[in-house]
Amino acid sequence: MNRNIPPPLKIKKRLTLVDCLLYGAVALLIFYAAYRVNDVLIYHWNWSKVLGFLVKFDDETQSWASNLLLQGLWTTLRLALWATVLATVFGIIMGYWRTCQNLTLRIISRTYVELIRNMPPIVFIFIFYFFVSSQIFPALGIEDIDSDGAFASSTIFHFMFGDPRLFSNFLAGMICLALFEGAYITEIVRAGIQTTEKGQWEAARAIGLSPFNVLRDIVIPQAVRKILPPLAGQFITLIKDSAIISLISIQELTFVATEVAATTTRVFETWILVGFMYFVLCYSFALLFAHLERRAKRSQR
Amino acid sequence: MSENNTDTPLVEIAGLSKWYGDFSALHDINLTVASGEKVVVCGPSGSGKSTMIRCINQLEEHQVGTIMVDGREVKPGMKNIEEVRRDVGMVFQSFNLFPHLSVIDNLTIGPMRNKGYSRVQATETAMHFLERVHIAEQADKYPPQLSGGQQQRVAIARALCLKPKIMLFDEPTSALDPEMIAGVLDIMIELAEEGMTMICVTHEMGFARKVADRIVFMDEGEIVEVADPENFFNNPSTERSKLFLSQLLGH
Repeated sequence: MNRNIPPPLKIKKRLTLVDCLLYGAVALLIFYAAYRVNDVLIYHWNWSKVLGFLVKFDDETQSWASNLLLQGLWTTLRLALWATVLATVFGIIMGYWRTCQNLTLRIISRTYVELIRNMPPIVFIFIFYFFVSSQIFPALGIEDIDSDGAFASSTIFHFMFGDPRLFSNFLAGMICLALFEGAYITEIVRAGIQTTEKGQWEAARAIGLSPFNVLRDIVIPQAVRKILPPLAGQFITLIKDSAIISLISIQELTFVATEVAATTTRVFETWILVGFMYFVLCYSFALLFAHLERRAKRSQR
Repeated sequence: MSENNTDTPLVEIAGLSKWYGDFSALHDINLTVASGEKVVVCGPSGSGKSTMIRCINQLEEHQVGTIMVDGREVKPGMKNIEEVRRDVGMVFQSFNLFPHLSVIDNLTIGPMRNKGYSRVQATETAMHFLERVHIAEQADKYPPQLSGGQQQRVAIARALCLKPKIMLFDEPTSALDPEMIAGVLDIMIELAEEGMTMICVTHEMGFARKVADRIVFMDEGEIVEVADPENFFNNPSTERSKLFLSQLLGH
């Protein structure tokens, strides 16, 4: 029997009265906000001043270069990428420890996760800044890293870590973010390991695989598949959370934006533009991850 | 695979007891299975049938008693348990195939990791056993694409690839749709006819009658009765086994 017969009636999608009312309400709200700004506050929009901070024409090299805001965006992106790599390393180690038999390892990882999850991010960042990056970094001699050395001044270094003169500043921000997000990744990794069915462990043991091979061949490949989507979501969260480290003078997008807003006195324009920049950045990643996830699903079939 | 040589014991369980917390799961189990022998274990749910056979390859750890497999004692925390497990094939109720590996990779991973087979060697062995379970044409598919009966046949082939001395079946047909059961039982009967030593936990009494040398009846963590199929089905010697059989064959 041919089972690919469409049903006789197609359900039509159309706007109902409720939909129209909701759209109307939203439009009204936007209109009112615009009215307040333009006619009550008498605000003179001036976008050109702020947009000038995106790109500038460099007289020395006779070419266009990214200005403060775009530089801030690149710093944010670099921070997010490196912090995600580092946070994933923390997360994998701590997440594995969370599932270990060894009590000490479980206590260490549990303490780490609970400390960070039960503290406001700002407080954690201040503690980190005043204790770690202003006390321990100098003690380790990180401040004295040769910022004029061959590698530090190469374009590769510049592309990966930004301005070498700001490297220790960048490092502090990155470690701080990584520690913070690592706690959440720890929980994602733990869930990934623990949701691997008991039967899979048993079957793997029953065919005589060693404990190491059970993990490597059976548990981890399955856990990774489950972990990747929430990990991608955590990466986007990390981009947004990176705004908070502007408080310790890391020169990423939000920090730069406060400076631009102050010097131009164009507060609305600056923050709308910066909000838009964050949105474009995060939403493009969200679309990219959704695309990759769909493709991975299709290839599994 | 050896002849029907029922002199040498392959598995010897003596005085085996196990607790889950304060709950006694197994109490003073004694059972010897000779090479080539087929033993069917039955009994009501929760009677400790699965727990007992899972102690043999130490998927469950026992607290009291000794278990010998092919002359080696298996005990909790032992170092080379993997070596024993390679001699003991196990088939689970819920198949437990590795969903991220293709059928052929499910079969080759054990021999490649444990026995140092090359991929070519392991694939050759795997195809041989896939043909024996009549499923060679599915080699490149993934487990979720197969029916339950096909998955269980792959699971049997996976266990056979390690050339085990004994096969343990833990309710292999309980999770299957009725029309899939016969295919799996046929494979098990073929295996039995070839002389494989088997311990089967199952409620398939037709299979038990046809294949079993002995029936072990368990209830409440104890072995209540051991008998040959003829006697067990026709003259069960205890009240508990009578009750169990009447419930099983009642309708």
